[in-house]
Amino acid sequence: MELVYMTAHELHRMLSAREISAEELCRAALDRIEKLDGRLGAFITVTGDLALDQARAVDRRIASGEEIPPLAGIPVAVKDVICTEGIPTTCGSRILSGFVPPYSATVIEKILARGMVMVGKTNMDEFAMGSSTENSGFFPASNPWDTDRVPGGSSGGSAVAVAAGQAVVALGSDTGGSIRQPASMCGVVGMKPTYGAVSRYGLVAYASSLDQIGPISRDVADCALVLNAISGHDPLDSTSAPGDRPDYTGFLNREIKGIKIGVPGEYMGEGIDPGVREVIGGALKVLSSLGAEIEEVSLPHSKYAIPAYYLIATAEASSNLARYDGVSYGYRVEDPKDVVDMYSRTRSRGFGTEVKRRIMLGTYALSAGYYDAYYLKALKVRTLIKQDFDRAFEKFDVLICPASPTTAFRKGEKMDDPLQMYLSDITTISVNLAGIPGISVPAGFSGGLPVGMQIMGRPFAEGTLLQVAHAFERSTDHHKKFPEL
Amino acid sequence: MARYETVIGLEVHVELKTGTKIFCPSSTAFGGDPNTHVCPVCLGLPGVLPVFNKKVLEYAIRVGLALNCKIAGFSKFDRKNYYYPDLPKNYQISQYDLPLAEHGHLNIDIDGQVKRIGITRVHMEEDAGKLVHQGSTGVASYSLVDYNRTGVPLVEIVSEPDIRSPEEARAYLEKLKAIIQYTGVSDCKMEEGSLRCDANISLRPAGSDKLGTKTEIKNMNSFKALQRALQYEVERQTEILEEGGQVVQETRTWDEARGVTLSMRSKEQAHDYRYFPDPDLVPLVIDRRWVEEIRAGLPELPDQRKARYVKEYGIPEYDASVITASKDLADYFEQCLEGYSNAKAVSNWVMGDLSRLLNAHDIDIARCRIRPAQLTGMLKMMDGGTISGKIAKMVFEEMFETGKDPEQIVKEKGLVQISDEGAIASVVDEVLAANPKVADDFRSGKEKALGFLVGQVMKATRGKANPEMVNRIIRERLR
Amino acid sequence: MITIAEVEHVALLSRLDLSDEEKRMYAEQLGAILEYAGMLDELDTGNIPPTAHVLPLNNVFREDREGEHLPLEKAMQNAPDREGNFFKVPRIV
Repeated sequence: MELVYMTAHELHRMLSAREISAEELCRAALDRIEKLDGRLGAFITVTGDLALDQARAVDRRIASGEEIPPLAGIPVAVKDVICTEGIPTTCGSRILSGFVPPYSATVIEKILARGMVMVGKTNMDEFAMGSSTENSGFFPASNPWDTDRVPGGSSGGSAVAVAAGQAVVALGSDTGGSIRQPASMCGVVGMKPTYGAVSRYGLVAYASSLDQIGPISRDVADCALVLNAISGHDPLDSTSAPGDRPDYTGFLNREIKGIKIGVPGEYMGEGIDPGVREVIGGALKVLSSLGAEIEEVSLPHSKYAIPAYYLIATAEASSNLARYDGVSYGYRVEDPKDVVDMYSRTRSRGFGTEVKRRIMLGTYALSAGYYDAYYLKALKVRTLIKQDFDRAFEKFDVLICPASPTTAFRKGEKMDDPLQMYLSDITTISVNLAGIPGISVPAGFSGGLPVGMQIMGRPFAEGTLLQVAHAFERSTDHHKKFPEL
Repeated sequence: MARYETVIGLEVHVELKTGTKIFCPSSTAFGGDPNTHVCPVCLGLPGVLPVFNKKVLEYAIRVGLALNCKIAGFSKFDRKNYYYPDLPKNYQISQYDLPLAEHGHLNIDIDGQVKRIGITRVHMEEDAGKLVHQGSTGVASYSLVDYNRTGVPLVEIVSEPDIRSPEEARAYLEKLKAIIQYTGVSDCKMEEGSLRCDANISLRPAGSDKLGTKTEIKNMNSFKALQRALQYEVERQTEILEEGGQVVQETRTWDEARGVTLSMRSKEQAHDYRYFPDPDLVPLVIDRRWVEEIRAGLPELPDQRKARYVKEYGIPEYDASVITASKDLADYFEQCLEGYSNAKAVSNWVMGDLSRLLNAHDIDIARCRIRPAQLTGMLKMMDGGTISGKIAKMVFEEMFETGKDPEQIVKEKGLVQISDEGAIASVVDEVLAANPKVADDFRSGKEKALGFLVGQVMKATRGKANPEMVNRIIRERLR
Repeated sequence: MITIAEVEHVALLSRLDLSDEEKRMYAEQLGAILEYAGMLDELDTGNIPPTAHVLPLNNVFREDREGEHLPLEKAMQNAPDREGNFFKVPRIV
């Protein structure tokens, strides 16, 4: 099998046994980027020289007889919304083109401390606003299973990089489904951890109360390894959950007999593509055959999640994105006649259409006279949505539904209708509103395109998600299929 | 009686003297090179997050308690959204609907009466950076931004509209400054910007309870400026109302040089701050026991101290309020009394020559060169008859100039009082011989003539003769 | 449902300089989204508390201890314009 399609845990064994070197592995990934990225558009910045330096450092450790940690030497791609000291971080936006952070995000410090090899910064919808990676300020990314189709978004570049063998694992960020939905569309594993499980320090904010960083990988075991690496309390993030995290690999290889699975009717009916429904139905049969108890459940406020989300997320975004003003970093329009002119023209030219649309919507929702009707109302509906999940988890260990209502759609298909685009997050968004964890795992194919199954759990029950996901993965081989490129 | 009643409310910002900023570990030290006391957080770089400095909460609670406020059990931070180049995130982290402290008051002395001024709220927020405008006066051609002050912790103290005159406004601000200085959480230096004051002022027909249209006055950088600006505004608004016009609700800036307030014609940017809870910060649940500990640890405040001075030292109430109005001055006063028991004498010197010289040189007591032990050393020399009161004034000025010990000054300048009976008598004889007519006047009952003769003796001895002895000897000689 | 004047007001608050075409587009799209959001009015939320934070956390503090400052050159490395140690901006009024 090709090096680039192996998993981190397999590669770790080979590196430790000196069957391959980290440099060799790194070059394989860089070659793959070189060869394919013109078509796929997964990377905004490739950090080849830095990656080779990091790989050689790992090789020296191996040569000196050191026992390397599980992810040392593993090529990782990082969504370009996570700050990397000395390496451009654009958030997929022209307003930050050329911006080089003087500091690194906590997750970057963590993965580098474990010897991971960063091959580049991945393409995304501008400021993580989008579901197709078509809203990138630079170029759209393409789905490796069908390059006429979108890879999903906003972490499209990260999902593509893993699916196409340009990196072994990747980091994405998920505010309304931005890890799970592209993972689903690209046939890889993607997890949004519980809000507060992973530090947000250095993650450029879209909607602060919803954003989380999470892993994208080829299989569930790799997902557990990356989660081990990035999660943990961070004193630099006031919303970081205190206390230690478990060793998530401890949840792998466990039985799921007697596990109670709820299937929310609202996420299996109207609006869900029949082919997708069929794949998820088949996956539930597999889980049932493994001894899981499956029952339908209702999350009655589900249909309110999209409007609540778009009011809350855009309100926060309108404030979070105010700092891009041309004063001390980023793009500044030429020859501004005064400060107000500089602000307005810098922001109008620097931001893309979707970002401006969301800033406008969020500003409106917070403005005098509308705060109670829109923003406050949405926060109250958020409470109702959270309560739906609380009630469901009184009875069920996990909930399962599609990670996306459709398979990858064609490029351009939803670009002119923002509301239709927003509806493609219908099954993922409530998870962010409730702050709970969710994972998408490859569950089969519909029309030759991957379908992801989303497993949702109680806050900080990432272990249970991995347990169920891994049990499913052991009984299926969807994760072993790769796109022909 | 005036036809209009003045209604004033003050909004005061005070910088808290923590070592680091409110949401990041950068230094708050004043006067660093531009943009050197900064980190990614206070620069508002993409991706950074605030973490709240616990010391700020402790200090703000101290302020709230010292102002007799109720401290909230639950409080939170909100974002106040507006664009300005000194605000790197283009929002200020502040507190909106759940401030830390509310419903307080302080007392001011006005025309010998105590008046209570309500405090609406005390809340915490971050300071903005500094802008330096470049170019010709009037319209700057560009501006320079320094983020060193960005994120320095502030408390904003909002008064009720209980203030009725510019004098009361000044008294309120002076009292507020004194109280906060006593709590030790701020230097309250208006000239360095660690105490800043804006005022809302309106007029209404005497006897009405409806508030008139207010203006907001900014840029008053001293107590005197506050009083002058408000006085100007009272006159300006009175004139408008007298002429049957209407006051325009607006923000006006005080022009110190011209002595007028000017409209800040804001290119209307629609003030809509779009406050909402800051999702990067978690709520504050304030422990009652901690609040009580802070309350128990509050130092003696100006009103308490003043009462103690009157009772314990027997100094006049007026003197006590002047001395206690500045914590540094009151501390100085008490240090003097550590080695010297005549409080009245100390009070007289502090109120008199010391205050006069401090004012004349525009320095505050903290930088005064006369140490308390030197002042009392001088008083002891007076008490012991080594120097006269007149010489003491000279010695005092010299101490003020040079910081030398009084003993050294007296020695160096040969200012020891002449108390030698024979020496004084011989000078007296010389003076009497030179002024026979004046001597005769005194003999014939003109008491006034004595003053002249004593003066001549003092002059001849360059002020060093013991004045009591001079008096006595002249009387003896002319009996 | 949303007028051009409202779009202009919101654009001013957002510091966005929109073309006439953009104004028309956003008026239409925001109108549609807000109409869709109108479904929230179906819910009686009178007694429901708002959720601004999902994590039941409070009182997260740091101690008043000084950390490292950014070296000046790093603090200013992304400055679009500078003069000496200062960031430079065009005139304010």
